[in-house]
Amino acid sequence: MKKTAVQFDPFKVEQQEWKRRQRRERYKRALTISSPIFVLLLWELLSRTALIDPRFFPPPTEIIKTLVVMSVSGELFQHIWISLYRIFAGFLLGVIPGIIIGLLMGLYSPIRHFVSPLIMALMPIPTLALLPLIIILFGIGDVSKVVTIAGSVFFPVVINTAAGVLNIDGIYLDVAKNYGAGSREYFLKIALPGSLPVMLEGIQMGQAIALLTIVAAEMMGATSGIGYLIWTSYKAFLLKEMFVGLILISFFGYLFSVALRILQKKLLPWR
Amino acid sequence: MSRQPKIIIKHLTKVFYKKESRVKALDRISATIEEGEFVCLVGPSGCGKTTLLRILADLEKESTGSYQIMTGQEDRPLQSMVFQERGVIPWLTVEENVAFGLKMRKLPKSVIKERTAYYLKKTGLTAYASLYPKELSGGMKQRVSIARAFANDPEILLMDEPFAALDEQNKFILQEELLAIWSETKKTVLFITHSIDEALLLADRVLLMSAQPGKIVKEIKVSLPRPRTMEQVRADPDAAAHFIEIRKHLQDEVQASRK
Repeated sequence: MKKTAVQFDPFKVEQQEWKRRQRRERYKRALTISSPIFVLLLWELLSRTALIDPRFFPPPTEIIKTLVVMSVSGELFQHIWISLYRIFAGFLLGVIPGIIIGLLMGLYSPIRHFVSPLIMALMPIPTLALLPLIIILFGIGDVSKVVTIAGSVFFPVVINTAAGVLNIDGIYLDVAKNYGAGSREYFLKIALPGSLPVMLEGIQMGQAIALLTIVAAEMMGATSGIGYLIWTSYKAFLLKEMFVGLILISFFGYLFSVALRILQKKLLPWR
Repeated sequence: MSRQPKIIIKHLTKVFYKKESRVKALDRISATIEEGEFVCLVGPSGCGKTTLLRILADLEKESTGSYQIMTGQEDRPLQSMVFQERGVIPWLTVEENVAFGLKMRKLPKSVIKERTAYYLKKTGLTAYASLYPKELSGGMKQRVSIARAFANDPEILLMDEPFAALDEQNKFILQEELLAIWSETKKTVLFITHSIDEALLLADRVLLMSAQPGKIVKEIKVSLPRPRTMEQVRADPDAAAHFIEIRKHLQDEVQASRK
């Protein structure tokens, strides 16, 4: 009796459907949260029961203990600060010229035709392969790491910025021209805001590359930093410390991409 | 009532020259459009209507021939264009879009504010002033485009099928709104359309173009009294005769270009 009443009330029918959709959403969210927890639990279990070698894969709880010990002693923060400093300095040193040259390439076709073969030729060379050269030029101090990061961040930013300007719909150029925009106004009102979405994609890529590069650069010629921590711990067979370094990289990578996504939302309210 | 000529077009020809193809888009177009006149340009698609408008809008250069737009006031822009659907700039708010031309001309802030507010009100956009275009419907976006052109207060207005992408109901509403604003300002308007109804509703005079190469082959005076409504246009026997005449011309052109 009750069932037929539900069947004939369209609101009740849709309410049930809506509840089902809600349940499915909750289920998907639970899946997303549970996968890392599941892997960590499995790892802990396998490591504790020595099904995987605990010397190479120490249990996560042990790694966290090491993380706490290292942060209490202050050793960890030293590595973190120096790495963050290098990442930020290198990031800015790559992004700023990348944006400027990219905009110039997008706006002025003679500049584009002159510069783009150089960029195309240099882009495939991993900056890390140039590290020995960079160390000869800039020494083994911070400058060489900063330059290495800047070199790898520069390319995605310059290419995306130029592409961003070139991909602006032609109709907006017509509007600007028809309504009498001068070159300054054209740059500020059309070229810069119009290229921003693609430019920010490039910066997002640059951010990811900066993290990859810092670790490798610090492995090869450094006496501090997260990359150095990972490398020396590995060589001394202190695998818990090595895993602490890996966790830090993963954490900062996540943090940076979230920060950039927030920035993207703020800068592109019209999307 | 002798009116001054506002736009004089003389033997305007445009050829698009490429490696593989030479296309004559416009063939010795000559026309005179009077001050305050609303002229619709009707022709089959690909007849060069848009090319003619883009030349007048200074977005394209003519191959040979010339045109002249008479100027009255000193500080007025020559022409402003209402573009097809996508002409509203997505990263500017509705208000910034309407003020665009005025800002580009670096008018005093108070003037910009006042004129923008006036045309926002005229087009019913005041409540949407601070929104971005993505939040607007197609009809609202075209209102922004129209407000932007009128706010710029140009010598002549060029409109490139501004209502082509709208649904029927919105189209009727915007056409009447356009006529209301136009009757207040009495701007000279050159309006492209492929809708015969639209041309008969809006125009003082309809210029018919032939298919490629584009030529003006006929002109039709529409003498219906203003203000007009679509009901009047539909009921008027002269307008009905014009409708059939234009329709026949367009069909002949399309047939001829198929051969």
